[in-house]
Amino acid sequence: MKVELFKDFTIADYHKWLREEKISLPELIEAFLERIKSIDPDLHAFLEINQQAALTEADILVKGDSFDKELAPLWGIPIAIKDNICVQGLPTTCGSRILRNYRSPYNATVIERLKEAGAIIIGKTNMDEFAMGSSTENSAFGPTRNPFDLERVAGGSSGGSAASVAALEVPISLGSDTGGSIRQPASFCGVVGLRPTYGRVSRYGLVSFASSLDQIGPIARSVDDCTRVFEIISGKDEQDSTCAPYPPFSRNDIPTEEEIRKLKIGLPREYFSGEVEKGVLELIEQSIDLLRKNNLETIEVRLPHTDYALEAYYIVSPCEASSNLARYDGVLYGFREKEGEDLESMYLSSRTRGFGEEVKRRIILGTYCLSSGYYDEYYLKGMKVRTLVRHDFEQVFEECDLLLTPVSPCLPFNLGEKTKDFYQMYLTDIFTIPSAMAGLPALSMNCGYCDHLPVGLQIIGPPFREELILGLAGFLEKRLSLTPPFPNFHQ
Amino acid sequence: MDNYYVTIGLEVHCQLLTTTKMFCRCKTDYFGKAPNTLVCPVCLGLPGSLPVLNEQALRLAILTAQALNCRILPRVVFHRKNYFYPDLPKGYQISQYDLPIGVEGKIEFDFKGNREAVRIKRVHAEEDAGKLVHEGLNLPFGCSGVDFNRCGIPLVEIVTEPDLHSPEEARECLVMLRNVVRYIGVSDGNMEEGSLRCDANVSVSPSPEKMGTKVEVKNMNSFRSVFRALRYEVDRQVELLEKGESLYQETRHWDEARGITLSARGKEEAEDYRYFPDPDLLPITLEDSFLKEIKAAISELPLTRKERLMIEHELPENEANILVQDKTLADFFEEALKEFNQPRLLCNWMLTEVLKNLNEAGIDITESKVSPQQLAELLRMIDKGEISGTIAKGVLEEMFTTGLDAREIVSKKGISLISNEKELEKVVLEVVEKNPQSVADYLSGKEKALHFLIGQVMKETKGQANPEIVKDILLKKLASEE
Ligand SMILES: [Zn+2]
Repeated sequence: MKVELFKDFTIADYHKWLREEKISLPELIEAFLERIKSIDPDLHAFLEINQQAALTEADILVKGDSFDKELAPLWGIPIAIKDNICVQGLPTTCGSRILRNYRSPYNATVIERLKEAGAIIIGKTNMDEFAMGSSTENSAFGPTRNPFDLERVAGGSSGGSAASVAALEVPISLGSDTGGSIRQPASFCGVVGLRPTYGRVSRYGLVSFASSLDQIGPIARSVDDCTRVFEIISGKDEQDSTCAPYPPFSRNDIPTEEEIRKLKIGLPREYFSGEVEKGVLELIEQSIDLLRKNNLETIEVRLPHTDYALEAYYIVSPCEASSNLARYDGVLYGFREKEGEDLESMYLSSRTRGFGEEVKRRIILGTYCLSSGYYDEYYLKGMKVRTLVRHDFEQVFEECDLLLTPVSPCLPFNLGEKTKDFYQMYLTDIFTIPSAMAGLPALSMNCGYCDHLPVGLQIIGPPFREELILGLAGFLEKRLSLTPPFPNFHQ
Repeated sequence: MDNYYVTIGLEVHCQLLTTTKMFCRCKTDYFGKAPNTLVCPVCLGLPGSLPVLNEQALRLAILTAQALNCRILPRVVFHRKNYFYPDLPKGYQISQYDLPIGVEGKIEFDFKGNREAVRIKRVHAEEDAGKLVHEGLNLPFGCSGVDFNRCGIPLVEIVTEPDLHSPEEARECLVMLRNVVRYIGVSDGNMEEGSLRCDANVSVSPSPEKMGTKVEVKNMNSFRSVFRALRYEVDRQVELLEKGESLYQETRHWDEARGITLSARGKEEAEDYRYFPDPDLLPITLEDSFLKEIKAAISELPLTRKERLMIEHELPENEANILVQDKTLADFFEEALKEFNQPRLLCNWMLTEVLKNLNEAGIDITESKVSPQQLAELLRMIDKGEISGTIAKGVLEEMFTTGLDAREIVSKKGISLISNEKELEKVVLEVVEKNPQSVADYLSGKEKALHFLIGQVMKETKGQANPEIVKDILLKKLASEE
């Protein structure tokens, strides 16, 4: 049984076995815990494994009456949670030394909803410190490796969440996406990752990096699993004022294949430039051909402010981050430097030693850009560019229903390859940042392999039209029918 | 000193009387509560928590701005004010910046016989910070603690233009501000308990055209200390200028015990708070109907009430002024007036005997055991001659301690007035016999002697004689002596 478990199975498969009693829930959870124990030392996707509580949870679920009746949507399904989402009693380190010993006393709204749906929190996953990074190399606890090639990065910042799903340590996970932190690692690890529309999923309990950009989203091995998690976590929340007052997503809204064939797909010229690696471009184009063969219309469109989006992002997000991260001062919780003779020196040394390089770089940048005299020149201008970027998309969605683009211009790169040059690192998010700046939903899914490394394609949609995105993604997934060259590093 | 022009502006913070905090559901009645018992992830600024605006706080802030005649801006935007301090758990305070709730208002008050109008620059809403605790609470030696119970309580900040020209005037303005927020029920305005706090900008200049160097004075914890601190600061500045020294812009703290202001250490450069719109809170557009609904709740304000009391009940200005200082006192007065329609007499009793009893008990009129109706009954008994004023004072004292009706106390103690003429005639005869000189004085035309004789009768009866009847008997008796 054990071996069979770890193929490309879905939530529906696990539920079928559980219903038919081919495997008991405690056995299923044990099996996943075993697998994590055996391969995670190589992968380092997890920062914390919730072993005891997960098994207890399984027992409780089995003893509960829900087993005989209709199973709750995620009944007994283990899920990994990015370490910037608060789970009561578990560490929430955000990959930072400054929160190394911090345990959250409360659950994020998404965690409450997952638990209600019967999901079992199996652990917390590695990430770039405070979600700042594109390779999980900025984690204070060491990088996560790519399951397809352990010398390469898993992407970031949700590298642990993407790698754990790709390596079958867990069927589903949650990540967070500020400028591409779900989509880029999903692409690098060959899994499905959805960044929902800003305001579609409550941020309550997600540790803020850039509040106006952060969104929680699911990572899974199939579009259907991704949809199932999204259904559970989406919907309005009284505890988050920026959460839209809409009901949860329902898969009943996903269009039929008939309707999907009528969609008009836009191909933004700016996303198919020379900056994209050839292998990546070829695979994206194969998918486009596949759509055309299925009678979908594709048109070239323009998003003229794309180039400015990256720069504006690196103004606006550090500004918000500099303020959001001010609370880590060593006073109430988190790392505090014992030395220091007065308050100011305590702040200084705690923050100097508690934060990593990239985080400090962005705090300094944001502090500078918000300073009196520079506010108009930077923050305000950044916000204006953001409006222009949003207008670009609004106009394009008059002409077409969805956009199809690469997720990242490059393949998963080697560990250490881009750590010396942070600008090169920033450029890996060039195709995921503009839609994030516009608050749009976007999905990353695998569209093939180049030199045994996964390549992701991105589908971007208008606000609150996740059903179109998931519809097209499912349509493509079915026709691509890819069998992943599954990583077998763990024998 | 007369050659200098004094300019003062006030910055007043009032805690709003909401039941829950500004951005979370924690209760606000922190006074006297054990430290850190009214807290949650939101007001502690724990990682991942988010603020949600309490609509009641918004309403009270708008009401304050309306009562101060402000123009209400149609969009409410909250900004983050970024600075580090241990009582500020998020590292920023949610406040307002270039789009406050209200601007361009004014507050009026009477000062030295003139109606003054001070312009209000802005009224904005913000959250309170926690409180540092340096002793008690089993703190380890040399350690300070932070109590976050107060953290997140809604405040309004009211900033006046520098339209005030003396410490006395500043105090009067502050008293009126306090009265206004109490009248509209947005704050209890208690300076001693910190629900109303006041900072002031003071400058002096030899010429009215040129403003002097602005000094900010903080840490004034009562109306008296505001007055004292401002007077000290004005004198200090004038003295320096007289000596030919120059002033520099700074913040000074009032030291109540020593009666001086002290320069706040260092910080020459102005702090940069790096304000920017809080991305966790979306801007709110205020509908006209919403504003109208709030405004409808504004009751009569102190100045209008004073004028009404003066016109309707012919109260002297001074007395009307004292009554309206405290809305509950004025309410008590008008309630009692319904059953005892002699405003001057009632007012006298309120301002002397009632206030005296309240002060002695150290309580507020709302905590008094005597109801307006009970006071009215007491005064009616005096009016009908059932008891004398002197007796009534003692009765009122007892009413304050027991809460009993005046009639009950009077009958229990048997202290109602002696109106029995036979009984009184006996006393009058005795008094007339004992005081032949006074009788002679009266008969020779000295009216005063009559009062003396009445007084003697009252003394003999320990104040229980009905003075009207005593007077009648005396006059009859004296007429027969003639
Ligand atoms: Zn709270």
